[in-house]
Amino acid sequence: MQNQQHHEHPITSYRSLLTVLLALLFLTVLTIAISRIDFGGHNNTIVSLFIASCKSTLVLLYFMHLKYERKFFAITFVTSVFILAILIGLTFVDVHFR
Amino acid sequence: MYKNQENPDITSQNGMSSLTKKNTPSQPHSQAHGHHVHIDYEGDKYGMWLFLYSEILLFGGLFLLYAIYLSRYTPDFIEGAKHLNLIMGSINTIILLISSFAVAASITAIRRNNRKGAILWLSSTMIIAVVFIINKYFEWGAKISHGLYPNSPELLEMSHGSNLFYGLYYTVTGLHGLHVIIGASALMICVIKLFRKTITSDNYIWLENAGLYWHLVDLIWIFVFPLFYLVV
Repeated sequence: MQNQQHHEHPITSYRSLLTVLLALLFLTVLTIAISRIDFGGHNNTIVSLFIASCKSTLVLLYFMHLKYERKFFAITFVTSVFILAILIGLTFVDVHFR
Repeated sequence: MYKNQENPDITSQNGMSSLTKKNTPSQPHSQAHGHHVHIDYEGDKYGMWLFLYSEILLFGGLFLLYAIYLSRYTPDFIEGAKHLNLIMGSINTIILLISSFAVAASITAIRRNNRKGAILWLSSTMIIAVVFIINKYFEWGAKISHGLYPNSPELLEMSHGSNLFYGLYYTVTGLHGLHVIIGASALMICVIKLFRKTITSDNYIWLENAGLYWHLVDLIWIFVFPLFYLVV
């Protein structure tokens, strides 16, 4: 078939999608449970953001197929998040050392 | 050296094939020639991802505000989060994750030529979207009936930090809710296209891009949930 020249990635099976969903649900329960424990300071926010990052990585890799796409997509995605991190980081520097 | 010789050759070949495809006059958009219609699959997807990056920056700006004000008014934010309905928030998190799974499953279904399956998965996603919005309605409704809405007399008597917390809560969840509605509408168009057979097992870019948007809505909620509901 001529129009199949595009970069085909393999079909993700229902089973692996379901495994990812179960992992996501587990991490959700974990983040709610952990939030009831007080780690002091901003540690709770850091822990819950870390779990959220793990969850979003799963969604990106498997649900959004980043794992199977050209590297270009992953690189540009990480770049956009990196730019956001610079934005937030530099604003903090400004606010705290003004 | 060998590589240098090989690469231009390949690109020129690819360039040629896509050129001839575009320029061949016998490429009408008729269904009869459906298999030969030129589909710029990669280009469509690049465009969608670029749009998603702009969405990340849109919500990123709000997350930036949240981060700065959380560090400034930590006690107020903790107090505010205690008043949000954790059960409602958790239910919405769980159903949104399930809906993301359903969208991914619908792509698997259509690629396996299972049109009915794809329609069923997408329909369940749309039902979840409606449930999500109904939950939000009750959640906001409860807050508003307690006098907690932007510029309400009760909120104006509270501290500056509380006002910022609820202001951000309404802005972020409101903007996210709007995205849920837009995403569900895009998926509805996909269902119509599936019925009309304009989304098929070898042309499903519409479904894939609408799905990407839906997953982004899910991604944003993954961060909104702990930030607003789980601050300790």
